[in-house]
Amino acid sequence: MYKYSDFDEAFVRERVAQFSQQVARRIDGSLTEDEFRPLRLMNGLYLQLHAYMLRVAIPYGSLNSRQMRQLAHIADTWDKGYGHFTTRQNIQFNWPKLTDVPAILSALADVQMHAIQTSGNTIRNVTADHFAGAAADEIDDPRPIAELLRQWSTDHPEFQFLPRKFKIAITGSPHDRAVTRAHDIGLRMVRDADGAPGFEVIVGGGLGRTPLIGHVVRPFLPQADLLPYVEAVLSVYNLLGRRDNKYKARIKITLHETGAAALTQMIEDRFAELRGAYDGTDQRLLDQIRAAFGRPAFKLAPTDPHDRALANPSYRAWADTNLVAHRNPDYAIVQVSLKAPGATPGDATSAQMRALADIAETYGHDELRISHEQNVILPHVHRGDLPAVHAALKAAGLAAANIGLISDIIACPGMDYCSLATARSIPIAQAIATRFHDLDLEHEVGPMKIKISGCINACGHHHVGHIGILGLDRAGVENYQITLGGDATETAAIGEKAGPGFAYDEVVPAIERLVRAYLALRLEPGESFLTAFRRLGPAPFKAALYPEERDRDAA
Amino acid sequence: MSPRFTPKVVTANALLEGDVVYLTADDRWSREHHEAELIEDEAHAQLRLLDAQAQRQVVVGAYLAEARPGPNGPEPVHFREAFRTRGPSNYAHGKQERHV
Repeated sequence: MYKYSDFDEAFVRERVAQFSQQVARRIDGSLTEDEFRPLRLMNGLYLQLHAYMLRVAIPYGSLNSRQMRQLAHIADTWDKGYGHFTTRQNIQFNWPKLTDVPAILSALADVQMHAIQTSGNTIRNVTADHFAGAAADEIDDPRPIAELLRQWSTDHPEFQFLPRKFKIAITGSPHDRAVTRAHDIGLRMVRDADGAPGFEVIVGGGLGRTPLIGHVVRPFLPQADLLPYVEAVLSVYNLLGRRDNKYKARIKITLHETGAAALTQMIEDRFAELRGAYDGTDQRLLDQIRAAFGRPAFKLAPTDPHDRALANPSYRAWADTNLVAHRNPDYAIVQVSLKAPGATPGDATSAQMRALADIAETYGHDELRISHEQNVILPHVHRGDLPAVHAALKAAGLAAANIGLISDIIACPGMDYCSLATARSIPIAQAIATRFHDLDLEHEVGPMKIKISGCINACGHHHVGHIGILGLDRAGVENYQITLGGDATETAAIGEKAGPGFAYDEVVPAIERLVRAYLALRLEPGESFLTAFRRLGPAPFKAALYPEERDRDAA
Repeated sequence: MSPRFTPKVVTANALLEGDVVYLTADDRWSREHHEAELIEDEAHAQLRLLDAQAQRQVVVGAYLAEARPGPNGPEPVHFREAFRTRGPSNYAHGKQERHV
């Protein structure tokens, strides 16, 4: 893993000192809230519905056991003993007091973490494939590039006051696990005709009020040109992006209003200007960063404990759903579900964080990842250690065998926490997961992505859920709109609205009708919901959602 | 003619803890909705909001929220305001911690 240089260390400490003074000046009245708000947002501090919320960056979702233990310590010392992992691979603490935030930031700096640029109109935490460096299908580890982008974008003087926030995602695999097509810039590693690795550059994707799939501005960009090219995109956006209307300020709108061809040309022109200014320093820095992301020292040991454990049905169920092929055949990638049926998606208690840290340290080459699907990943576990890992996870209440199934739901905090939300998300996720668990239908239904947002800003990625749920306020009552057929992968698609929304109590029965219709309609158990939806179109699913309309039409 | 004024309370978040607070008739900030001053006159509501907004070192983001009279004092009208009187629905945190 990357370790802070003296420069990084000094910079983060200086920011903690600055913000500590800003908090003191806010409390003694020298700063008004209007003056203080942009300062606190630059340091990840929001004021939410019931309390402050501190959003801490987990760069490209990677952390080690010491950092995870420190997050547990923060949760116990200054919060309520838990944290919430988000769809941006960050962690949020929901209950810090303003006076405690300087101490929290200082504790984060002790383990080379911070909350800088987790809010505001800046380049946010760069997200990456959570299997980076471990995936069997990977061209190259995207994390060194993500770290280069983090260093370049942190406190970049030109990009601290962008028209709006700016999100970059990167994946090193052809299979897209980082939702690159729904980011301001998506970087997907590909090879050219000679086999050299480079990037497909996607610009102008995004969810929210105006959901759009990104446009490919460069089908192949050599790796060495990455930084000047990204700078060119940002630079064009910084000039063109609208500052008059925050709903039209994201680069997806700039692209739409300027035209994809014209914007692409402007980016290329700016790139031609900038490229010469890069004298190779960035590539030398990248080489240094790469050295920090070397492969772990994989061990040679028998894998048969795993093979023997497969005779146990509960272990087998967990192995079937939660393990992924590792580039080393003796290893596996372990996905730890934070979605036990009835639990809050993405939440981990301090005890669970410590258990994960211990497991990573003992069995996982000291590496942990947070996925955008709000789960925790142990990227490198030897197959011989899997039964011990499973037992340790089970003891910590972390052995739910449901990755990729209907109860593995993404949900934003919604109106239980967020001041922007228009309805609750968490209890809807809890109710759906509990219902299908009680019905014992999860495994029969198979791969299913339900994603829930509590407002139009779409932090819960509802547009790219196979089933998306959007909570709205309709005349003072919570109302939930359902979208169908969304896809977050390399075959990205925005789901289509099914029809009128459902009341809070009607959502679970509606989802159950939808899922039962799919089970009746699929050609064979191997045909997933999304495949069946693409084959049949929305009509039979809408009929299941709105039986009264079907009955009326038949009458 | 403008629509009839509906009763309001002045609410905000406490600067230090972020907890939801309500302005009372005797100029305190209460943590309990039912202790809030129920304001039935529009001009008075604007004055009370100004009073609240002037307390920059005590509260953040003061605004007028719709409320109605109840047996124990003002009650919230909108579900968002009802959630603010309790806390989140997934854990017994926030105000509901003190209520049990």
